[in-house]
Amino acid sequence: MSTDAILSFEEAMEKYDPVLGFEVHVELNTKTKMFSSAPNVFGDEPNTNVNEVDLGMPGVLPVVNKAAVESSIKIGLALNCKIAESCRFARKNYFYPDTPKNFQTSQYDEPIAYDGYLDIELEDGTVFRVEIERAHMEEDAGKLTHMGGATGRIQGADYSLVDYNRSGVPLVEIVTKPIEGAGSRAPELAKAYVAAVREIVKNLGVSDARMERGNVRCDANVSLRPHGRERFGIRSETKNVNSLRAVEHAVRYEIQRHAAVLESGEPVIQETRHWHEDTRTTTSGRAKSDADDYRYFPEPDLVPVLASREWVEELRATLPEPPAARRKRLQADWGYSDLEFRDVVNAGVMDSIEETIAAGASASVARKWWMGEIVGRAKTADVDPSDLGVTPQTIVELHKLVESGKINNKMASQVLDGVLAGEGAPAEIVEKRGLAVVSDDGPLLEAIDAALAAQPDVAEKIRGGKLQAIGAIVGGVMKATRGQADAGRVRELILEKLGVEG
Amino acid sequence: MAAINRDDVAHLARLAHIEMSAEELDRMAGELAVIVDSVKSVSEAAGDDVPATSHPIPLSNVFREDVVGHTFTAEQALSGAPDSFEGRFKVPAILDED
Repeated sequence: MSTDAILSFEEAMEKYDPVLGFEVHVELNTKTKMFSSAPNVFGDEPNTNVNEVDLGMPGVLPVVNKAAVESSIKIGLALNCKIAESCRFARKNYFYPDTPKNFQTSQYDEPIAYDGYLDIELEDGTVFRVEIERAHMEEDAGKLTHMGGATGRIQGADYSLVDYNRSGVPLVEIVTKPIEGAGSRAPELAKAYVAAVREIVKNLGVSDARMERGNVRCDANVSLRPHGRERFGIRSETKNVNSLRAVEHAVRYEIQRHAAVLESGEPVIQETRHWHEDTRTTTSGRAKSDADDYRYFPEPDLVPVLASREWVEELRATLPEPPAARRKRLQADWGYSDLEFRDVVNAGVMDSIEETIAAGASASVARKWWMGEIVGRAKTADVDPSDLGVTPQTIVELHKLVESGKINNKMASQVLDGVLAGEGAPAEIVEKRGLAVVSDDGPLLEAIDAALAAQPDVAEKIRGGKLQAIGAIVGGVMKATRGQADAGRVRELILEKLGVEG
Repeated sequence: MAAINRDDVAHLARLAHIEMSAEELDRMAGELAVIVDSVKSVSEAAGDDVPATSHPIPLSNVFREDVVGHTFTAEQALSGAPDSFEGRFKVPAILDED
């Protein structure tokens, strides 16, 4: 496989202006498929979630899933789209084993939703508006596994195995208008846009939105033009970029590759590119050709979908608070600064903090724990903070233990380690590990006597009124009790013992 | 006559994966032109007040509730397959598409 030349990103940006476009496919989480009553379930035995409709057998009749239409309308509304009063399905004709019908049932000139927009907030708070061209309903295709050959890629494969469980799963394809003006922030915007779409469909409850399962998939279009030129350059379409990180990397790579092609004086070829996560590069798929002549025509087995304004308004009334509005509200409620809140969002712990506050913690306590203790541990373990295994209840209990003086902050951190190691609830761990702050004066007085005896000169200074010298004695006591003493109480007892007024 | 030439037919034949001889292409170009003209006469019959339709019966919103129905077993699903392997359809690798 030949390696394409690339320019440095900085140089590419100096010379060219990127234009982006995205097609994001969202798998809906309806119980059944788009046109058949077979279950829409991920991960089952191959070819068991299928019936005659999914296998494209002769004479079968597809019937539209009402819940899928409602989910599609909700997505359209959440993307600030207009909802078509009337729309139809169409056949997209092509030969490939991922569809046994030799066509995909989709929508062509009459998408259910169109003319929307999404305001994307970048990490530094800059808001960038992405215009939505359309969102249309269609069905997913079967899953091919290429066998033989070296890498499991299609190149060099001997044959392919097909599982039609995914065939007919309801999809909504969201298409943007060309995105201009992103400049050097194009890769970041790409990632933020896909993240925003994922967040919206998850928040709507219409998709499981798990990218690792292909619930949200992105095709990224990139083209470059010299600065100041209005006409778009020739674009490439990188298919199936299926993680947020990959979206950012793929757009960045394609910008660098296009720039190198243009610098060499060659034209960019309009083609499909394949993304390779291992090398973080793309390779040529196929050039746009006759194979893209899909001969769309209205699906004769399905009748039009009419979305009455009453129905649309009913659905609009069920929409949850949009994620961006929710963030604004939560920041105000919690009283975090812009920077604090952005850190919380970027660390991916906003939901966890909300749950922790709901469980009874204050906003500052919740932030202290999640940002101070849990995010770092999650990073070390290479998991999302919310997947580390800390529940809101754990934090509330830990905080109560600290607040009541049973343990100090340092011990609390150890208790958290215990919780993560599966040693039980915080109170149990305090018990088991013998971590409680020593509050019984008996052992403290013994330790104080010993510390005073060990440092008689210091004891003398304190008696003489030099109270700042007391630190040395407190330190001795803390050392003797392995940090389990309450330092405040120790100080009081020392003063009492020496008959000095604090 | 509608303008359907030999190249159009060859293009369609390739898209439809139909192998056609030179004579067949010539003959079909003429026949298709006649068919297209015949179908065209429908649009002469329909006035401006007749909306385009994709279905003979004026139905809309034929929906199904989202309730799981019947499925096949993998054996049933594969019973008509020319070839299969471990519960999946086995097909030749197709390299020139993705």
